[in-house]
Amino acid sequence: MSDSTASATATMPRHLLSIADLDADLIRTLLDTATQMQDVQRREVKKIPTLRGRTVINLFFEDSTRTRSSFEIAGKWMSADTINITGKGSSTSKGESLRDTVMTIDAMGVDALVMRHSASGAAHQVAGWVDAHVINAGDGTHEHPTQALLDAYTMEQRIGGLAGKHVVIVGDLTHSRVFRSNVLSLRMLGADVTVVAPVTLMPSGIRAWSETDGFALSNDLDPILTGDRGVDALMMLRVQKERMSGGYFPTAREYTVGYGLTRPRLQRLVADHPDVVICHPGPMNRGLEISADAADAAQSLILDQVAAGVAVRMSVLYHLLAGAEGGAA
Amino acid sequence: MSDRKLTIGEKLSPGPGVRSLVITGARIVASAPSVATATETADARVADVVIVDGVVTDLTASEAPSDAQVIDADGLILLPGLVDLHTHLREPGREDAETICSGSRAAAVGGYTAILAMANTTPVTDTAEAAERILDLGRACGLVDVQPIGAVTHDLAGGQLAELGLMHRSRARVNVFSDDGRCVADARVMRRALEYIRSFGGVVSQHSQDPALAGPNACCHEGELSGRLGLPGWPAVAESVIIARDVQLARHTGSRVHVAHVSTAEGVDVIRWAKAQGIAVTAEVTPHHLALTTERLAGYDPVFKVNPPLRPIEDVQAVRAALADGTIDAVATDHAPHARHDKEHAFEDAAFGMLGLETALSVVASVMVEGGPCGWSDLARVMSSAPAGIAGLADHGRPIVPGEPANLVLVDPAAAITVDRSSSQSLSRNNPWHGEQFRAAVHTTILRGRVTAAEGAPAAC
Repeated sequence: MSDSTASATATMPRHLLSIADLDADLIRTLLDTATQMQDVQRREVKKIPTLRGRTVINLFFEDSTRTRSSFEIAGKWMSADTINITGKGSSTSKGESLRDTVMTIDAMGVDALVMRHSASGAAHQVAGWVDAHVINAGDGTHEHPTQALLDAYTMEQRIGGLAGKHVVIVGDLTHSRVFRSNVLSLRMLGADVTVVAPVTLMPSGIRAWSETDGFALSNDLDPILTGDRGVDALMMLRVQKERMSGGYFPTAREYTVGYGLTRPRLQRLVADHPDVVICHPGPMNRGLEISADAADAAQSLILDQVAAGVAVRMSVLYHLLAGAEGGAA
Repeated sequence: MSDRKLTIGEKLSPGPGVRSLVITGARIVASAPSVATATETADARVADVVIVDGVVTDLTASEAPSDAQVIDADGLILLPGLVDLHTHLREPGREDAETICSGSRAAAVGGYTAILAMANTTPVTDTAEAAERILDLGRACGLVDVQPIGAVTHDLAGGQLAELGLMHRSRARVNVFSDDGRCVADARVMRRALEYIRSFGGVVSQHSQDPALAGPNACCHEGELSGRLGLPGWPAVAESVIIARDVQLARHTGSRVHVAHVSTAEGVDVIRWAKAQGIAVTAEVTPHHLALTTERLAGYDPVFKVNPPLRPIEDVQAVRAALADGTIDAVATDHAPHARHDKEHAFEDAAFGMLGLETALSVVASVMVEGGPCGWSDLARVMSSAPAGIAGLADHGRPIVPGEPANLVLVDPAAAITVDRSSSQSLSRNNPWHGEQFRAAVHTTILRGRVTAAEGAPAAC
């Protein structure tokens, strides 16, 4: 553990609220540590004492299965006491204020709050109120930084360093915190990024944003997949069917024809780029944004992403809570 | 004339015996007739003002009654008392956030002599009795004339009309109607309301926000920043399409429409066009839309959550230009107090609104006079005479000449203040100006010859 932490040039932030809290060196440190954590994951006895005596609260105001259990396992394997608190009712002025809720938990003397909330910015606000370290496990449509870290980790495991690689992100960008975190981390790591969606599923002002942050936009998927630039990784985002009622796209069929990773599209892609990898943050809508063939293809990293999630979250907990105080293994 | 002088910080609560006031050495500013002049020579004369029984007299200072209080106003500017077309006082219903009395204290400290109380209380001001109750509570406090605004529709529900005529014929003489907080979205309801109030010269103050275009969760300006922050925003066009519809309805009905808190360049364009057509439309802008941009949202601090939202700099520049050229008639605060626990939610869930009464003059002077195209006479127009005219308040926004009611404010143009939210007269602390520094500040406020606030301290009420 000491090797990777010693190589860090910048200091790890107190909280992980956004990928913007990090830089390329810090991401590298986190991913290197995740590699070592994955060794723990492969052991018969999956337990290290690193966070013994530390308390990690998973405070989930919004439903989640994979992220919550991933953080819970990460904490438990590192011997932290992990407690899950789930609750809705986060969203009205009539109930307890968010500040009162988190201050109550913080007052118990916890070390880390892993927090998911349906409102963008909630983790930022909470970090200003509590003494505990705050890890953003997804805030509304804003960010999901550990997802972006595990995506980078998983892609690198298969295709090597991301510098100069072309990553294409397709789907509901407007409502995607995965997109917002990934576009930051991928650019930090030197990848070329193209995001693809119908205009109605692109965030407002994305034109100016893309010019500032240096990523490409397209409303048309096929020219990107068949283009001269090639494709090294394809990241399919979940599209909620309910978006149709908001007028974001006409029908599920039309969306799939235009933007889904259908079987014919997959076959053409793999024929052109045999080494391409396919990611999806889950949960998938098989048949809508991704076909069963694509989800289960040899190029699919979807289950690797889930496995990497635990190792990456162990790394984040380690660096935020244990810091340079001691070794992990 | 006595030699009793008011000293800085002295609490002023004149008893019934003190009926005259002498203001010496102030630069007296009249409201500019229409557009920005910025000619300081034209808009000021230095003279003493003697007030007896609440009325400006033609007496000289030496002729003043011997028991007169004297305010040494050397270096200060004397303006007609400010008039706010848009105040949320929260009483009845949310007296933990503001009361008519606490809001009146904030208004007096802010230089206001008249404020219009928005109808979105609990219960809503949609009956004559509710309006009279607010009028009476305001009079009982007595620091500022509190003029109730009536709802356009029953319970602000956007359907059945509220008792517009009964409110107008009540003791409260309601003349301005608004569902503020909500848009009168149904064009048929808006048409009928405009037709109905035409007979008595009423006006609808519209919160221009198309609910379909804005969406139910919209909490900020829709633009690049909202896209990055992942916050649901509402676009400028949701404001301008309602203004466009309403000015057409005003023309069709021959009635008056007032655009509350216009915030966008697109909205300004429509108002400018409508005025050029001779349509009876007036408009207001808030101090915060004149001064703050959407970038304030980057830290997700709900203090900056307000509706309409803070807009980009292009819109801020457009509303400034429109205020200077007369397209926008008035500045109104949209003073919106909220209890702390209603702001300490996630940004999307927190209440909309920010305080404004105590800081409005300093902000507007900073943006429009010190750093802008306006003179003090323009400030007097947009913060006093124009809003008084829109609301039909005969005793406010008057020239400072003998025979006029002494509703006045003294401004120190070189006060150099730092805003401290903890010293506010409001019961709430959602003050977006906390820690900001301003040059100009209200010095003394006078309502019918009585000093209602001096040096930041209100008189007893």
